[in-house]
Amino acid sequence: MHKAACIIAARASQVGLRARNSRNSPVSLNKEQVQRIATLARLKLADEEAAETVQKLSRIVAFVDQLSQANTDNVTPMAHPLNASQRLRADVVTELDDRDHVQENAAAVQDGLYLVPKVIE
Amino acid sequence: MAQDLHLLTLTQIAASLRNGDFSACEITDLLLRRIEASDASLNAFITVTADQALATAKRADETRAAGKAGALNGLPLAHKDIFCTRDVLTSCGSHMLDNFVAPYDATVVERFANAGAVMLGKTNMDEFAMGSSNETSFFGPVHNPWDLERTPGGSSGGSSAAVAARLAPAATGTDTGGSIRQPAALTGTVGLKPTYGRVSRYGMIAFASSLDQAGVITRSAEDAALLLGVMAGFDARDSTCIDHPVPDYVAGLSTSLNGLRVGIVRQHFDAGLDGQTALAVKAALAVLEEQGAILSEVDLPNLDLSVPTYYVVAPAECSSNLSRFDGVRFGHRASDPKDLFDLYCRSRGEGFGAEVKRRIMTGTYVLSAGYYDAYYLKAQQVRQLIADDFRKAFADVDVIAGPTAPTPAFKLGDKTDDPITMYLNDIYTIGANLAGLPAISTPCGFVAGLPVGLHLVGPPWGEEALLRCAHQYQLQTDWHLACPEAYR
Repeated sequence: MHKAACIIAARASQVGLRARNSRNSPVSLNKEQVQRIATLARLKLADEEAAETVQKLSRIVAFVDQLSQANTDNVTPMAHPLNASQRLRADVVTELDDRDHVQENAAAVQDGLYLVPKVIE
Repeated sequence: MAQDLHLLTLTQIAASLRNGDFSACEITDLLLRRIEASDASLNAFITVTADQALATAKRADETRAAGKAGALNGLPLAHKDIFCTRDVLTSCGSHMLDNFVAPYDATVVERFANAGAVMLGKTNMDEFAMGSSNETSFFGPVHNPWDLERTPGGSSGGSSAAVAARLAPAATGTDTGGSIRQPAALTGTVGLKPTYGRVSRYGMIAFASSLDQAGVITRSAEDAALLLGVMAGFDARDSTCIDHPVPDYVAGLSTSLNGLRVGIVRQHFDAGLDGQTALAVKAALAVLEEQGAILSEVDLPNLDLSVPTYYVVAPAECSSNLSRFDGVRFGHRASDPKDLFDLYCRSRGEGFGAEVKRRIMTGTYVLSAGYYDAYYLKAQQVRQLIADDFRKAFADVDVIAGPTAPTPAFKLGDKTDDPITMYLNDIYTIGANLAGLPAISTPCGFVAGLPVGLHLVGPPWGEEALLRCAHQYQLQTDWHLACPEAYR
């Protein structure tokens, strides 16, 4: 699982997204749930956006829910479309130091460091 | 100099440059002027790199004069704005990256440049390649050269419109669920999506890493073969790029279709397919049969599940990939954040458009605790079933043929209200991405003046058969030569 997904999964239980317990109930999301998902995804939704998102996200979730009808007993989840394994390489530095050029895309840098709002008082 | 150089294919331009009929500077200048004259109504380009193009063309002419011309020397083409191009805006169709100047070249861009190709500019696209109509672009929708009120398809809609309108003989694209092939079908161009791992994804802004693949939109199968030969091959900088020999795709085109086993999927011709489109595709199948291909029916029993499977896997991967946009290192940054959390949420909330946000949230939801097994794991299992269906089918046939899209180009604004209606546009193309297979769309007719595409899917590394099939079909038909009247 992706690292980000692990973090998201851990946070999801903290904020109380309840797991589905019935496969038969129609899936839909309410405004509160959508706001929680938005928070997990670090997305600020404007109020007018939120209502539309509830409706469309519910449509999408109900649509993908048809997968629950597929019989997947004893089926190995796909990890790679061609069943290739992850290639490894030697742990050596191969790239040149291009920091100044790369940091030209950042909004706020100082002495080669990225600046963010204060996180430690 | 002839008046209609813009109608030439890449292969024809290459021959003319070799013969000295005209120079790379001349064809580049002519296409740049066409872009300037036409693009206000099409919106196919986000950036036109005119000065750079003319300088590259001049160098190409000098290289040729010195007898050192590369495979694509002096050939003009455009890049989808998802490919990083050093020191050139690389926006990915998003407000998030509308100030991002890539610090390096994508491998695809580098390979084309090393072969001598001339980049005309960067083409418009659905935001982060998420869309089937080019309407999610921050830079506005692209218009179809066949009817400006209609979509050129998506997400590589700028590339398909530019090639169809003869503003560029070829353009790169990327295909995660049909984003090269569907726009090619809707604009009467050729669209090739190679096998997963065939072409490096390095420097190609990631949407769904297990599905994304780079390819090309051209006006002939021959041109697609020429370009694939240059862009394909191992690249250590993409960990999913596979080290597999690259054949001479152009040399493979001339073999006849005699004995080629072509599979037809019955469900492809069910109620979801527009009747006139079905007739055009069936007529194309008859042409293949006349050329010696052997048609037979194959079954893909889990085909109906491909779109819902895709809309779990792709958003899940997108939610992970797009977590890199944090307003810190690159991309849009919200002003006056009150803390780090606010910086993240507002930078992302402001920088991403509605469809991208929906997909990130869908992905976040299907990966979240308690839902992961029911959605993500389940989808990866169904994906295995779908790939198995293809494996079984390819035991009996060399190529699977059918329609590329359920209808010809629809009107801009027609499908923006309901995401599912839009998603179902990719019903015939998504399977190839889920199973990692190569596929091509080639023009096969018109319905009410709008182009229709024939879709061919092959087994892994089966690009040669696809290109040969499309090329041999193009030798018998002239649909791929049709040019929208206003752009002749």
